[in-house]
Amino acid sequence: MFRTIYILWLRQLKRYVRSRSRIIGSLGQPLLFLVALGYGFGPIFQKAGAGNYLEFLAPGVIAMSILFTAIFSGIEIIWDKQFGFLKETLVAPVSRLNIMIGRTLGGATVATLQGIIVFFLSIAAGFRPTNLTFLPVALLIMALTALLFTAMGTAIASLLEDMQGFQMVMNFLVMPIFFLSGALFPLSGLPDPIVITAGLNPLSYGVDGIRGALVGQMHFGFITDLAVLSGVTALFLVTGSYLFSKMEI
Amino acid sequence: MLQREEQESHSIQVRDLTKKFGDFTAVDNISFSIKRGEIFAFLGPNGAGKTTTIKMLTTLLHPTSGTMLVNGYDPMKDQDAVRRSFGIVFQDQSLDEELTAYENMEFHGVLYRVPDRILRKRIEELLNFVELWDRKNDLVKHFSGGMKRRLEIARGLLHTPQVLFLDEPTIGLDPQTRNHIWKYLKDLNRTEGITVFFTTHYMDEAERVADRVAIIDQGRIVAEGSPEELKKKTDAKSLEEAFLSLTGKKIREEEAGSIDQMRMTRRMWGR
Repeated sequence: MFRTIYILWLRQLKRYVRSRSRIIGSLGQPLLFLVALGYGFGPIFQKAGAGNYLEFLAPGVIAMSILFTAIFSGIEIIWDKQFGFLKETLVAPVSRLNIMIGRTLGGATVATLQGIIVFFLSIAAGFRPTNLTFLPVALLIMALTALLFTAMGTAIASLLEDMQGFQMVMNFLVMPIFFLSGALFPLSGLPDPIVITAGLNPLSYGVDGIRGALVGQMHFGFITDLAVLSGVTALFLVTGSYLFSKMEI
Repeated sequence: MLQREEQESHSIQVRDLTKKFGDFTAVDNISFSIKRGEIFAFLGPNGAGKTTTIKMLTTLLHPTSGTMLVNGYDPMKDQDAVRRSFGIVFQDQSLDEELTAYENMEFHGVLYRVPDRILRKRIEELLNFVELWDRKNDLVKHFSGGMKRRLEIARGLLHTPQVLFLDEPTIGLDPQTRNHIWKYLKDLNRTEGITVFFTTHYMDEAERVADRVAIIDQGRIVAEGSPEELKKKTDAKSLEEAFLSLTGKKIREEEAGSIDQMRMTRRMWGR
């Protein structure tokens, strides 16, 4: 059973490491956010007395890259479904739960790695974490966030027929999750609807935890962040496994 | 109930198998059996129900009604036992193109729990058999269509199955590669006694390769027997003529359905 999970995990990792163009391509967006927004809004943010914007933004951009990579890893199942590889796994004498676990762990590892790369990218862009002792906490929260959204991607992919639905998922789910998470702006003093939406958005807790660990600014606090992230991850893992086990090809 | 003796001499037994998708009946009450060591062909046009039948036999689809036995196991009840006992080459390519030939084999070996010490030797043996051993460390995406097919056949055999299913194994391949692939499969059938169940819409393949052919059309088996028997029965010179007189139509490449055309386009673009 562990070998099955391991080989599925390894496959995801090998695919990631080998797609160098994908890795480099996926760094363009975070870099743009860091430079254009970080430096563009920096002076206004400073004048409003909210401190260094790049410091505030970098954890949000790290969370963003984890979100995108994780969702995409989950959604890759559609790709495998369309291009046949999934059948090879599904006729094997292996339980679907193990397949789902292996894939999800693989996707989450890849998303966490991507987050770490963006962390270094943001340092290159001028970001300075204020407290490095909390780095392990930041890593833990990054990994949890990665796991959560990979499981979510798997659940969604089990429901979708082909890649055409993917664009809709990006526009109506992933983008709102990113923009309404407090990744780009502080959540205090905002209109109620936005605060409530952000509160219901699991990414908000990931952003908050990473930001808390790296620069010491928090909205919800570590306990809440970890509790919400773990709870929602468990929920998506169960839903994802169920939907994946029901999938017909 | 199926007789025990019969169970032992047969790899596959199917009784009154039906699959409906909503109002559409894809497979309509078919029965057939395949003896151990036989090469058996399902011959029929696109949409005749060939792939649906294979999907049911290989645990990917639940039948609406009917009974099946694959190597003595029920695909609905003993899923894992059935899955361990067959190898399959799907109609659509099912390799991971970002992995090497060796890694694709290794992945399969681990999923089927082939013990480590046997696995390496067996991979080498099979890759040599399909003449891909010297390309073992190349990414599959750089392989030609024929090489991918050969690799899939090698992979399907890795866990020493008793039956090998091949769904349109030669579609979209050039005649030379097709001959090549059938040579491997006939060798394999002769030396290891493995049962081969393949579907095709190429008349000449069914005629040349199969011990027995079932002609399937619109979800029903229209006729069954050795190519010779089918020809005699319909007083035809070739299997193509026999097919024509049994179903009242011809199968031709250019009549391939839109899905097949898509598949071929995809293959052309190297996906």
